[in-house]
Amino acid sequence: MTGANHWRRLVLWWLGTSIVATLLVVLVLAPIVPPGNGSVEASGQVVDNTVLLGVSTPIAMAVLVYFIYALIVFRERDTSAVLDGPPIRGDARIQTWWLVVTTGLVLFLAGYGTIRMLADGAGGGQGPNPIAKPTGASRALQVQVIAQQWKFTYRWPSYGGVETSTLELPANRMIAFHVTSLDVIHSFWAYQLGVKADANPGFDNIAYVTTKGPLTFDIHCAELCGVWHGYMFEKGRVVGPSQFSTWITQQRVRNAPATKSLPPYSKQYFPDPQRRGG
Amino acid sequence: MSTVAISARRQPTWRKLIGFNLLTGIVLAVVGWLVGSWIGARIHAPSLDYFSDTGENDIGIMLGYLFGVIGFLVGLGFANYPIKRMLGHPASLAEHESEGEGALRYFGLCTDHKVVAIQYIVGIGVFFLVGGINAMLIRTELLQPNVHVFGPNQYVTLVGMHGAMMMGMMTSGILGPFANWLVPLMIGSRRMAFPRIESFTFWLLMAAGVVLVTTIFMGGFQTGWTGYTPLGTQGTAGYDAYIGFFALVGLSMCLLGLNLVVTIITMRAPGMTWNRLPIFVWSVLATAVLMMLAAPMLIAALLMGAFDRTVQTAFYLASAGGSAYLFQNLFWVFGHPEVYIVALPGFGIVLELLPVFCRKPLWGYRLAVAGMLGVALLSFFVWQHHLFVSGINADLRPFYMLSTELISLPTGFIFLCAMGTMWRGRIRYTVPMLFCMGWAFNFLFGGISGVFLSDVPSDVTTHGSFFSMAHFHYTIMGGLVFTLFAAIYYWGPKMTGFNFNERLARIHFWTLFIAFNSTFGPLFALGLMGQPRRVVTYPTNLQALNDWVSVSAFVIGLSMLVFLYNLIWSMVIKREPAEDNPWDSKSAEFQLPTPVPLHDFDRIPVFDSDPYPYGVEPAPVLTPTTQGA
Amino acid sequence: MSGYAKRLTGIVIGAVVVCVLLGLYIGVYLSSQPGSASAAQSPGGVHLYLGTVPASEGTDPHPSWVSYYAVDATSGNWRHDTTFVLPANTVVTVTVYNYDGQSGLRNPFISQSEGTLSGGFTLDGKPTRTVDPDAASHIFAIPQLGVSVPVEGVTDDAKNQCANAPCPLSTAHTTTTFSFRTGKPGLYRWQCFVPCAAGYIQGWGGPMQTVGYMDGFIKVV
Repeated sequence: MTGANHWRRLVLWWLGTSIVATLLVVLVLAPIVPPGNGSVEASGQVVDNTVLLGVSTPIAMAVLVYFIYALIVFRERDTSAVLDGPPIRGDARIQTWWLVVTTGLVLFLAGYGTIRMLADGAGGGQGPNPIAKPTGASRALQVQVIAQQWKFTYRWPSYGGVETSTLELPANRMIAFHVTSLDVIHSFWAYQLGVKADANPGFDNIAYVTTKGPLTFDIHCAELCGVWHGYMFEKGRVVGPSQFSTWITQQRVRNAPATKSLPPYSKQYFPDPQRRGG
Repeated sequence: MSTVAISARRQPTWRKLIGFNLLTGIVLAVVGWLVGSWIGARIHAPSLDYFSDTGENDIGIMLGYLFGVIGFLVGLGFANYPIKRMLGHPASLAEHESEGEGALRYFGLCTDHKVVAIQYIVGIGVFFLVGGINAMLIRTELLQPNVHVFGPNQYVTLVGMHGAMMMGMMTSGILGPFANWLVPLMIGSRRMAFPRIESFTFWLLMAAGVVLVTTIFMGGFQTGWTGYTPLGTQGTAGYDAYIGFFALVGLSMCLLGLNLVVTIITMRAPGMTWNRLPIFVWSVLATAVLMMLAAPMLIAALLMGAFDRTVQTAFYLASAGGSAYLFQNLFWVFGHPEVYIVALPGFGIVLELLPVFCRKPLWGYRLAVAGMLGVALLSFFVWQHHLFVSGINADLRPFYMLSTELISLPTGFIFLCAMGTMWRGRIRYTVPMLFCMGWAFNFLFGGISGVFLSDVPSDVTTHGSFFSMAHFHYTIMGGLVFTLFAAIYYWGPKMTGFNFNERLARIHFWTLFIAFNSTFGPLFALGLMGQPRRVVTYPTNLQALNDWVSVSAFVIGLSMLVFLYNLIWSMVIKREPAEDNPWDSKSAEFQLPTPVPLHDFDRIPVFDSDPYPYGVEPAPVLTPTTQGA
Repeated sequence: MSGYAKRLTGIVIGAVVVCVLLGLYIGVYLSSQPGSASAAQSPGGVHLYLGTVPASEGTDPHPSWVSYYAVDATSGNWRHDTTFVLPANTVVTVTVYNYDGQSGLRNPFISQSEGTLSGGFTLDGKPTRTVDPDAASHIFAIPQLGVSVPVEGVTDDAKNQCANAPCPLSTAHTTTTFSFRTGKPGLYRWQCFVPCAAGYIQGWGGPMQTVGYMDGFIKVV
């Protein structure tokens, strides 16, 4: 068989399989790929994953189809003697095209990822001075997430600096999480909201998220923080605005004794002992 | 196994035990440990009050490790040469490569690169076994969603031990055995540039492995293989072992890299131009450069951690003026080149083997070289993709996203060269070829899942989850371990002189390949479904998938037992002699007799082509040069 | 053939040695699990008596570490067990005898009790909801059940302080009592939140990171 025939068959196989596979992946797999539609950012991640899946499936199919084709068609049928193949040492045209195509794909992916990220921060932690602010970020509800071994607590600067041991958020509202830690590195992962931000001691790590309708979401620590890392999980809730204001008012009353002894609200805390305990 | 008869007078057995050997090394290691601990207790107890509070003497432990390792190496005889030369004496013959005979050469300082390679493969194999057992224990614990076999302390220690064993010891998994054995033969040299350093790196690595195992007697360490501080700083004495282990591994890596770089640059035989260098040697060169440049960063980071723990500095303690980010940055400046140190030799092996089994020259030789050097270069510019959600330098995320995705260009070259080499070839399905194809499949999915992790919006969910864990197992286990086995089945008979049982080898491949994908494929799903890494508990609705993964992991364990059985059966018991050139390779090492003679070449060869003259020329003739030895 | 026999013997010996070493290796992980103590069932309800001491008993592997103990109410025996077995869906009354000094909290918020039946606890017989965050010695918290109760420390100038477990009731101590309702059967963790691990960075290594001292399990059956 001539080289051109191999090419034609390969391209046809690739087109056929990758159209089927890409459609399957984009239409069947991508919609169920988490984190789901719990927030604007989570939905954004789903869109992003769909695009990545859609781009990478034909690439994977191209490589797979080639390998399977080569392994079947180019296999040695006559094993009695050792015969050599044609001494082809390269092809400048193919190499150039490969370079052009892969460079294009990489630049597209990096550009697309950058645009998506800069739009609203995609729910990731961005440090104390975020560059990727969603519009209206200045009006976001500030929630401080204080991680310590092995518990998250939440502080509300706009509600008298009250601290709560559970997390409830108002629906359809932009939230600015200020994640910090009192001891080691933790990571605040609100799974269904598509939020993940490392909690570093002495550091204010901001992540934006815009909630949608009411739901219950899982909170995990996503950075190994010691012996109870695996147990550092809890549930949070997104509730209607009126339910939220009832809840936060209750918390302010209930936690009033503790609030009195809290230090003033700050971007970070260095509680004693700062070095070796005793 | 090459032995050489030397006319030495027979010594009584007890006399053989006295001198610089492994036994002396172990004795001096214990002595060194005791001396170090004693000194540590003298310094520590009077000056720092926390000694009595914690009941742990970190300075003593650190000094104990330091003096113990020095004692071990002195006992093996590594100090003899420098001391003698400093005193103006000629070097001792005791470390000459032809000294000693039979199996004893494998238990001490030996400067024969072929012996060091065998030492490496057995020594690393033992720690690979321990690391694998750790993985089995981890998966046993994860059979149920709550703690049921091990406690949380033991579980995190197991996770850390598995990671540290695999990422620390297996870093030299291909370079240790195969680069040491092959590079001199492939470039036409009789030895490495620094034969004593070659042996030194091996024994240092063994000392490191033992240091790591001692952690389980000191409460283990809670940090995983990444050793993040301040969690590490607040940990119990077990973390001292982690620091000692990785610092020794770093030193060993750095020296191994240095030795290989110098060897490849300066020891090439006449005619072995850069254009003719076997592609495996190119991959070794790229890896060795990474090792040499990246490992010092690790040593520095750990040294600062050691100071934080012992003499109360505060490099990593934010509340006392340090920064927890400093360790993360330093660690990943080492850590990301590290993962390519693990992956690159695999690229070299695949591209070295494909021409042999496709009976074609390597397609796109220069592109492959560019790919390897490109990966090596880029790997220094991507480390902050491990810190995308950490909040540090958030403005730089677009850059790190781009640089990370750019790495897929040189990696793509490797794939293109592999595919080009197969084009209209005459592919023979030997066991090493099967493992190469296994690499191609695994690394394809490892690479594509990497695209999701390099993309910030997608990484927000996948970071720190089982998804990233599955990703790096696809690239490291699917990359390093599969190519390691390809190399063992391909060069093993040449190295030992005995053939493997092919039937068992095929069983090994198919069970490993299927069980590997059945283990790590579902882990992508588990990560996306919200299971973070290194957790001892998980939601009950994830149990079915976790159990599936655990059972598949046990099958991986079984397939490794098949390999172990094959290894012992073929190499030690049955001993079917191997041919000189079982694969009809045209590479230099296969033109030598099996087993390879002690001094490799009678005369230094002259090369007149690259090692892939398939389809046209006859095999390259290693013509003796007139320059003599 | 003698070479064959020799090699075979070598293999067998090597295999046995490797298996024994691996067995020991795995054994180390399986050992050193803390024991469990059941709550006392009496007509008055289910009671769990705990003691906290500044340093463990002299025979402990870590005699300088701070620790919780299970105290047998009738015999007064102290047991270094930190897995507490409680019946399901029952009101459990916990009494903590604390002989340790004051350390202070990293997060003062935790000085307020949560999840107890009365909404608070009694400290030396007086009902309250909080302690002074700087006077806290330990916390007994079961995060999965939402229970968290602070334990006030013995003042520095108190007379007749106890140094090591076991501590008799005649030495200086505080008594904290609270009750909570256990949920459905399962394995829950409990831990302390006060940085009480003396000598460790931020008071949070050693006993705070080791199950069997300031951490353990609640086994609800």
